[in-house]
Amino acid sequence: MSVQYKVVRCNINGKDVERVVDVRASLTDMLRNDYHLTSVKKGCEVGECGACNVLIDGECFNSCIYLAVWAEGKHIRTLESLLGPDGELSDIQQAFVDEAAIQCGFCTPGFIMTAVEILEAGKLYSDDELRKLLSGHLCRCTGYENILRAVKKTMYRRLGKEIDF
Amino acid sequence: MSNVGKSEIRVDAFDKATGRTKYYEDRMPADALYVRIKHADIAHGMVKAVDKAAAEAIPGVVKVLTCFDVPDIPFPTAGHPWSMDPGHQDVADRHLLNRHVRYWGDDVAVVIAENEVAANQGVRALKVEYDVLPFVLDAQKAMEEGAPQLHERFPGNVLKHTDMKKGDYQKAITEPGLVKVEGWYDTPTVQHCHIENFGCFAYENGGRLTVVSSTQIPHIIRRVVGQALGRPWGDIQVIKPYIGGGFGNKQDALYEPLCAWCCTQVGGRCVRLDCAREETFVSNRVRHAIRFHIVTWLRKNGDIAARKVECFSNQGAYASHGHSIVAKAMGSFPQHYPCDNMECDAWTVFTNRPAAGAMRGYGMPQASFADEANIDDCAAALGMDPYEFRQKNVMPQGFHDAFSGNTNYYDSFRECMEKGAAYIDYERKKAEFAKDTGPIRRGIGLATFWYNTAVYPISLETSSNRMLLNLDGTVNYQCGETEIGQGADTAYAQMVAEAVGLKSYRDVHVISCQDTDVTPTGLGAYASRQTYVAGFAIRQTADILRKKILDYACEVTRQAVGNMDIVDGNIIRKGDGSVLMSLKELAMTAQYNPVHSEHITAESTYTIRNNAYSFGCTFAEVEVDIPLCKVTLKNIVNVHDCGSLINPALAAAQVHGGMSMAIGYGLSEQLLFDEKTGKPLNNNLLDYKLSTVMDHPHLEAQFAENPEPTSPFGTKALGEPPACSGAPAIRNAIFNATGVAIDHNPINPHVLFAEFTKAGLINDPWRSKED
Repeated sequence: MSVQYKVVRCNINGKDVERVVDVRASLTDMLRNDYHLTSVKKGCEVGECGACNVLIDGECFNSCIYLAVWAEGKHIRTLESLLGPDGELSDIQQAFVDEAAIQCGFCTPGFIMTAVEILEAGKLYSDDELRKLLSGHLCRCTGYENILRAVKKTMYRRLGKEIDF
Repeated sequence: MSNVGKSEIRVDAFDKATGRTKYYEDRMPADALYVRIKHADIAHGMVKAVDKAAAEAIPGVVKVLTCFDVPDIPFPTAGHPWSMDPGHQDVADRHLLNRHVRYWGDDVAVVIAENEVAANQGVRALKVEYDVLPFVLDAQKAMEEGAPQLHERFPGNVLKHTDMKKGDYQKAITEPGLVKVEGWYDTPTVQHCHIENFGCFAYENGGRLTVVSSTQIPHIIRRVVGQALGRPWGDIQVIKPYIGGGFGNKQDALYEPLCAWCCTQVGGRCVRLDCAREETFVSNRVRHAIRFHIVTWLRKNGDIAARKVECFSNQGAYASHGHSIVAKAMGSFPQHYPCDNMECDAWTVFTNRPAAGAMRGYGMPQASFADEANIDDCAAALGMDPYEFRQKNVMPQGFHDAFSGNTNYYDSFRECMEKGAAYIDYERKKAEFAKDTGPIRRGIGLATFWYNTAVYPISLETSSNRMLLNLDGTVNYQCGETEIGQGADTAYAQMVAEAVGLKSYRDVHVISCQDTDVTPTGLGAYASRQTYVAGFAIRQTADILRKKILDYACEVTRQAVGNMDIVDGNIIRKGDGSVLMSLKELAMTAQYNPVHSEHITAESTYTIRNNAYSFGCTFAEVEVDIPLCKVTLKNIVNVHDCGSLINPALAAAQVHGGMSMAIGYGLSEQLLFDEKTGKPLNNNLLDYKLSTVMDHPHLEAQFAENPEPTSPFGTKALGEPPACSGAPAIRNAIFNATGVAIDHNPINPHVLFAEFTKAGLINDPWRSKED
């Protein structure tokens, strides 16, 4: 095989997979083009906007500035992994729907995956902490107001606490 | 059961929350060739030659086309409805690629290649030889004698000049005892920054051209592609998938004509043209930077005796939406603070900057910044409270504008201001903040705006709808007014359910993603028009559908049409309210009746000949750290009278987004250019300071819901208004906090450092004492 191509074996959304990829390809390219995971969005391709954000071994990364070959042996999760087997939304997706936190929808997948990372930490963050944790994402539609509400509401629910908006 | 006025879940929320929604790139055929553009790296000049040899030698490069290859067909790009009056048509000053380069980033050549890497390598391998010409970036400098000239047809670079006069300004200012308040107010070039960059793809299909584009205006794009390629408009099919925001940038023919033409140059194979973020900033459209000169003459009692307003709008290199934007800005002044003697002038001027086009607010955020800054300066000159000064002078209840036919029916301005002041605790805080004397000073400011709904009578307003009764009693609905993220489809579903008599908005299937081959002709998403204009067509088309349903029901039930109604998806007898049959039963009976089969549909066009005033205000509270030259926005509220709300939750969400855009406009966003070369300096999302969630306080959205009498659903403009008054409210809050009146935005630390130094604040006595 040409040095330009390499086999990448990884686990994507719970499934072990392998594919030959161009060593120059980003993880965004691989997820979108080879695995048809089109929730991974491209807004800048240089790590500025957060639309391509995915979880790699539980941690958020902008997949546009993460080479596909680095994914070797990693566990990658995209928004597609959150839907239940019978098509049921996860709590954080439902919160985005209920809180009108979605407009054009283009930044939504990236935001939700960062929210998953926040929620999986199992901590109760203050508003300022949540704002900081979400600040790697740009959104032009919502002013972030309802996105923050959706994440905060789900965080309180998961921790079994009363919400104080 | 009412379907409007309820915070229903968006019809597209599930798909967007799961990442299933398909945007243009998610529909991309796998075999599409890549088109990449060679952009000029000079601000002004003539292309002498393009050396293609090295690019053509790159493996994977299919074709290189240059400005010497394109047809000589000038075309316009603005997303305006076609005008049958040639004098009112948009300026056709574009070619697909340009020999006369008019800005840094202009389109000189394209490389078409089998893959992205080869296309990019091809662009880098092109060698362009120029005759370099002097350039000009400033609108007023471009008007000077001897300035570089951009377009032969527009000597002096003036695209258009218009004026408005009322009373006798010159005579009025001779009144003894008047106080003169004069200012120059400068607004910056900013960009829309929708998170999905613009892109499109095109292929030939049965001898016709299909263009799939991230656009707000599919039907208009069909016309412009036809014009640009010299092909009959019926040859063109435009499909609009879901789009990742538009905000006016995609209310323009961006690269659809070029992409379509490239397709025809490779035998009709599919080609894709995707803009990178850096290109979106420079080679799409930007907001007009407008400079205002305002002179206001005041009586001691706070009356405005006379006012003069001059507006210089920086059009950039190409006409795009052109003079419409500054004309709208200028037109806001006489109605916002009516006075008997006014002189207004507006110029739209070509410069060697990126072309300015439509952007959320269409001239009003600029006008609002200047007008509301000057109004605060006026209040200060008289020692009046800015709130009180506005209450005294702002457009009164009953004010009527003869041109648009609009009336301020409810005294909305005062109502909005009262709500905003109550929320932010204006009086108490203002008194408390006045005591601040240290390095940290707090302030509170407000600004108001008005906005028209849709574009009548300046341009055509029309909406066409189609409704189809499905066999399960639900209704399919189509219109040309596009969903671009604002939630239009959900509002339509609620209005259709209401107008037809369905149980739920979920019984309406909005056929989103317009296709000009099948969608009734509409104009698209712009001018805060969708809910208003579609409302007329929805009401009319639903009446037609209802009549067809009831006529058929009459055959089946033998009840007189006038004795029946459609309620909650059932046909009922009005007299006793009894259910005669469900819509499902009726649809099945009608479709499968062996004697009289009918598929029940309705389609109609409504020509709207009304407009409606939308109103609102912003109150902002800031904390200014003078030594750090840093402003922290502590609290902000927008109050809107946009008529009745179809969906209050989505309406509030619209307001949040507009407030966010206004905060960026006020404090951080600005596209910068190198004065020496004309090169854009910060055309990326790292250096261009778009607000993050850390830059905002809680955004409070409130409404004064006064039903608009001209509208079938009581609605009026909401999409753009939230972006109008935020920046001047912040400016006025900083003025209130520090006493420094800053007349240009964004008010970032660089600006504050200069202004505070000038005002002597940075060397304030408190500082030397503490030292």
